[in-house]
Amino acid sequence: MKRVLSSLIFFALLILAWHLVVLSKHWSVVLLPDPASVWEYLKGAAADGTLAEATLITLRRLLVGYLIGAVLGIPIGLLTARFQLAEDTVGVLALGLQTLPSVCWVPLAMLWFGQTEGAMLFVVVMGTLWSVIISTDNGVRNVPPIYARAARTMGAKQFYTWTRVILPASLPFIVSGMKQGWAFAWRSLMAAEIFVTILTGFGLGQLLHFGRELNAMDQVIGIMFAIVVIGLLADKIFFSPAERFLHRRWGTGRS
Amino acid sequence: MSLQDELRSVPAKLLIEGVSKDFTARGKVVRALDQISLQVNEGDFVCLVGPSGCGKSTLLNIIAGLEKPTEGRTLMDGKEVTGPGRDRMVMFQESALFPWLDVMGNVLFGLKLKPNLTPSDRREVAQYYLKLVGLDEFAHSNIHELSGGMKQRAALARSLAPNPRVLLMDEPFAALDALTREQLYGDIQRIWAQRKKTIVFVTHNVREAVCLGDRVVLFSPHPGRIREEFHIDLPHPRDINSVELASHSSRITRALRGYTAETPGAEYGAE
Repeated sequence: MKRVLSSLIFFALLILAWHLVVLSKHWSVVLLPDPASVWEYLKGAAADGTLAEATLITLRRLLVGYLIGAVLGIPIGLLTARFQLAEDTVGVLALGLQTLPSVCWVPLAMLWFGQTEGAMLFVVVMGTLWSVIISTDNGVRNVPPIYARAARTMGAKQFYTWTRVILPASLPFIVSGMKQGWAFAWRSLMAAEIFVTILTGFGLGQLLHFGRELNAMDQVIGIMFAIVVIGLLADKIFFSPAERFLHRRWGTGRS
Repeated sequence: MSLQDELRSVPAKLLIEGVSKDFTARGKVVRALDQISLQVNEGDFVCLVGPSGCGKSTLLNIIAGLEKPTEGRTLMDGKEVTGPGRDRMVMFQESALFPWLDVMGNVLFGLKLKPNLTPSDRREVAQYYLKLVGLDEFAHSNIHELSGGMKQRAALARSLAPNPRVLLMDEPFAALDALTREQLYGDIQRIWAQRKKTIVFVTHNVREAVCLGDRVVLFSPHPGRIREEFHIDLPHPRDINSVELASHSSRITRALRGYTAETPGAEYGAE
């Protein structure tokens, strides 16, 4: 409760400071709108449904791409950790492409897929996939070999050992990789939505882009605010509980 | 199945015939074990003692089927050991418990791989062994919440649960403090008497070996060889601090020093 209160006071002060800067009239309100007008925009966008629609479109793109990336990435990571050949081929590819900022996929996606949902999906998958592969691979390599030996003495065969021992043992790494993958996917999707204007649906990135074109700073800041809130919620709803669970079970870090 | 059937324990006989093991390190072949022959009878408690590098853990891994000998073979009740199996469970120095499962989950792990058991049988069996090692109240604790001694008790319950015929223990108490260790000496003697297992126990601690084993087999390093065997005919349960035990262990330590002195570069300090 005390922690919630200190957060609330901090943000209230921040908004107040913003409001005071606007009142000082040092900058034009076109460049720096009042918090109230941003709030008005958000209220209007929420009321006429544009905000909800854009959020849904964005989240759908993100989720589909992210799931594809994770579902492909985890088994590929297991393979690169297990087989030398996979490590020397796909593993090296993943390591290389992971260093590529995911926004760099946008131009390629636009040329390959045009102004389509496919381009969006491609960018999100590329943002997620490599970091999930790398962290799964890394997680498996960090599993103490004694776990697999213990499982073998208890009669576990190869496949059983991989699914019941190696995979759960690498879970802390996989979760942190998925969190990083999520961050990459989220960033690359925003970049893609800003650059790729498609008619199959306007996501948050596109609203941001239109805000700029219309010089509607209240819209730009309002949408940025919405994007931040979604990022925060994803962390609080999906990743924090998973990390808390891991800390409780493994006894690592703060509990 | 009745719990009685599942808990019926028949110890096995081990026969190690001319086992040698070579390792390749930096392009050079090193002989870790040289022509080891040893017979362990049904229900024996045999301790393998020697300084590090004498290959005693390697021999244990070979009996477990986790490693293959370069020469020779291991027979269990006349059948050659070709790989790991539930009839020979290993307890390692680090507990090797799985941190993503609770204590119960760990004990159930091996039982789940055993056919012909219903889930409720498995729970019942697991419960029995948790009680046997005194952890029944910690069935749902996470592994990191246990002390070092409790971890080894949990590991012991996990190794006993599939009802192996041979228990292989690789310095299971080496990382524990002296007080906890003494408690576990009592426990392991009680459980051995109660569960009738053939036990091969590896340690570098002579007193520990004398306290637990009926036979103490002495190894010397470079290459690992069996040098001498001692029979300890003190009654169980034994107290590690008893005088009779001390006289046995000083005799063995002297012998061990003698063999170690023959090998240049090797050192042995009794604990």
